[in-house]
Amino acid sequence: MGKKLLIHNDKVPNIHTLQVYREHGGYASVEKALKSMTPNDVVEEVKKSGLRGRGGAGFPTGMKWSFLAKPEGVERYLVCNADESEPGTFKDRYLMEKIPHALIEGMITSSYALGAKTSYIYIRGEYFYVARILEKAIEEAYAAGLLGKNILGTDFSHDCYVQVGGGAYICGEETALLESLEGKRGNPRIKPPFPAIAGLYGCPTVVNNVETIAAVCPIVMMGGDEYAKIGVGRSTGTKLISASGHINKPGVYEIELGLPVEEFIYSDEYCGGIINGRKLKAVIAGGSSVPILPAELILKNDKGEPRLMTYESLSEGGFATGTMLGSGGFMVYDETTSIVKNLYTLARFYHHESCGQCSPCREGTGWMEKILHRIVEGHGKPSDIDLLWDIQRKIEGNTICPLGDAAAWPVASAIRHFRAEFEEYINNPSKIKDVKHYYSVNQLAGA
Amino acid sequence: MAKVTIDGHTIEVPDGTTILQAARMLVDKDKMVDAKVAPPTMCYYSKLKTSGGYCRTCIVKVTKGSEKDPRPMPKPVASCRTKVMDGMEGVNITSPEVIEARKGVVEFLLINHPLDCPICDQAGECHLQDLGYEHGLSKTRYDFPRRTFNQIDIGPYIKMHMTRCIMCFRCVKVADQITDYRVHGMLNRGDASEISTYIQKAIDNDFSGNIIDVCPVGALTDRTFRFKSRVWFTKPVDAHRNCTKCSGKVALWLKGNDILRVTGRKDQWGEVEEFICNECRFEKKDVKDWTIEGPRHIDRHSVISANHYESLASLKLDIGKQQKALSTKK
Repeated sequence: MGKKLLIHNDKVPNIHTLQVYREHGGYASVEKALKSMTPNDVVEEVKKSGLRGRGGAGFPTGMKWSFLAKPEGVERYLVCNADESEPGTFKDRYLMEKIPHALIEGMITSSYALGAKTSYIYIRGEYFYVARILEKAIEEAYAAGLLGKNILGTDFSHDCYVQVGGGAYICGEETALLESLEGKRGNPRIKPPFPAIAGLYGCPTVVNNVETIAAVCPIVMMGGDEYAKIGVGRSTGTKLISASGHINKPGVYEIELGLPVEEFIYSDEYCGGIINGRKLKAVIAGGSSVPILPAELILKNDKGEPRLMTYESLSEGGFATGTMLGSGGFMVYDETTSIVKNLYTLARFYHHESCGQCSPCREGTGWMEKILHRIVEGHGKPSDIDLLWDIQRKIEGNTICPLGDAAAWPVASAIRHFRAEFEEYINNPSKIKDVKHYYSVNQLAGA
Repeated sequence: MAKVTIDGHTIEVPDGTTILQAARMLVDKDKMVDAKVAPPTMCYYSKLKTSGGYCRTCIVKVTKGSEKDPRPMPKPVASCRTKVMDGMEGVNITSPEVIEARKGVVEFLLINHPLDCPICDQAGECHLQDLGYEHGLSKTRYDFPRRTFNQIDIGPYIKMHMTRCIMCFRCVKVADQITDYRVHGMLNRGDASEISTYIQKAIDNDFSGNIIDVCPVGALTDRTFRFKSRVWFTKPVDAHRNCTKCSGKVALWLKGNDILRVTGRKDQWGEVEEFICNECRFEKKDVKDWTIEGPRHIDRHSVISANHYESLASLKLDIGKQQKALSTKK
């Protein structure tokens, strides 16, 4: 049984109320930080802990915090990115829905560390009911003197607000999120300047994922060094993984980083194996935008070593044979899955969510979707595979924000690892006619 | 001051200059430097703040970050929005990678462009034509129906063809920065996004005509010039008048003694020197209103110069430059 730090209390009845949460040791980190530590101490602990951003990129949080510009007389802001829109990722929703105070507690402690008087939780529009849960929790915290003026009798004052977005994938990109928070169209900004210098309303801002902020509480309580002992190498601590797809037990699991992927998929404690005892075909390990890997490469890397659930192990081999831990949206596909149809669904998503600011992403995502639609409908041409490859290559790295990369990587990896399946689709249009969604052509050929 | 090297040419520029500006300075300063060292731009406009960064045609590769931090930048960067650092080294036309990436961008810009150049008033002075000619494929790989939009009427002076738009945002920036208030912007998102007024409304104020000049393609054209003539059949002359609203310095495009069109004076980068008012642009179409200064210099590589007289002096200079370039190549 792995160590749990974030959702160990999720089954406690009424844990969403302040009273029950405090009975189970909640808000202890606020008390400890505000009364016995300086803001710098908290930042140092987070640095020592080796905590890395849980939103997808995995940037060290302590380093991000220390980049924050601190000019005199200028407000600083902490913004929590709760715009969890990556397909396959639902860990933040679970955390906020079950234990909203864990996030509020993290917001107060982190704001204290950063010297932010105001913080915002930017939550996606589809999570309106979660926003209500959070607002209620904030109300409770205000009533108990944990938010507002002079928290717990100290001279630290803090206000926290929840802002509901319109439900756009692009607003999960930090600068688009800030634009949206300011009331503008959610278009990513051109960087530099980075938010740490000029973010919300032109002031220095830190944008962190829900899970990252919640993880600050156990770090403050147990100390950064102790936290760093969990995990492997530079991947420290625990991580929430939202497992979905063809597995027996889909859901949100908290794992210690360093768990073997094979154990995660097959052990009864976690996913519980593939549904109906079928064979594993492929896995998207960190949300829809990371490269898809076939079974043989996700369980073991190209050198034959078992792959672990860490930032480093999953990305071993680069994009040729590796992937990324990303946001922890772990999607498992069994042998009946059609990778081509799956890719078409993803391409449609990225086409729909492109903001339209820069040309490669605006035009390229639509083009890729059209080609994939043609292939799926049985009108593909033999040259389409190379064309898709060329388009994704010209999008990747040439856009303002990472959405272009996110749209390109799934296409690249699907072609790289499952090229034969694309060829099946193109060469046998009659076979794929009237095929139900969950059958792959490979299976049909065998049947 | 920062020392920056682009395609092997070194120049010292003030801090805060962008890579693109540095490249243009290089070309301006040294006549021997190939003008292509300055990356092409579709959305950047030096006279408009915060413009640039969207079209990605100006991408270059930074092979050395700076003297302090010599690591190369991992991705190609938009040169119009990336500031130089001391000791920075970048490659533009000498890098096959950059050329390849730019080809991709041009292809993306063209897949949904209607290519109705034969009936487009912008033909001949269209930046997308130039770009496509230089970096585009001879045949498109896009075999789907092209994007279309409903026509909207934005007033008596300006004609908008949304199908031709490449989303450079220059006209939005002009409305933000030159005119009193902005009535148009971007609607929708992704490849369905369009430039439009929110509720069909005319774009109407004293400087709105400048959105025609800044538009790199034929999306915004002069309605008073619509279908009157191809640009290369007209005679451009510099002229001025006393105007209370603007500088009054314009370029007139004449056919015989009729003024077909009035525009701002564009420099070698296709940017107007000064923005002009709508009165000069649309109302003063009589030669008597203007004091003619003389023929306007047109680059002899431009299609407009095909039927155009050159001033003899500039022609000599141009030929001299070419001869010199040839002799140094040997």
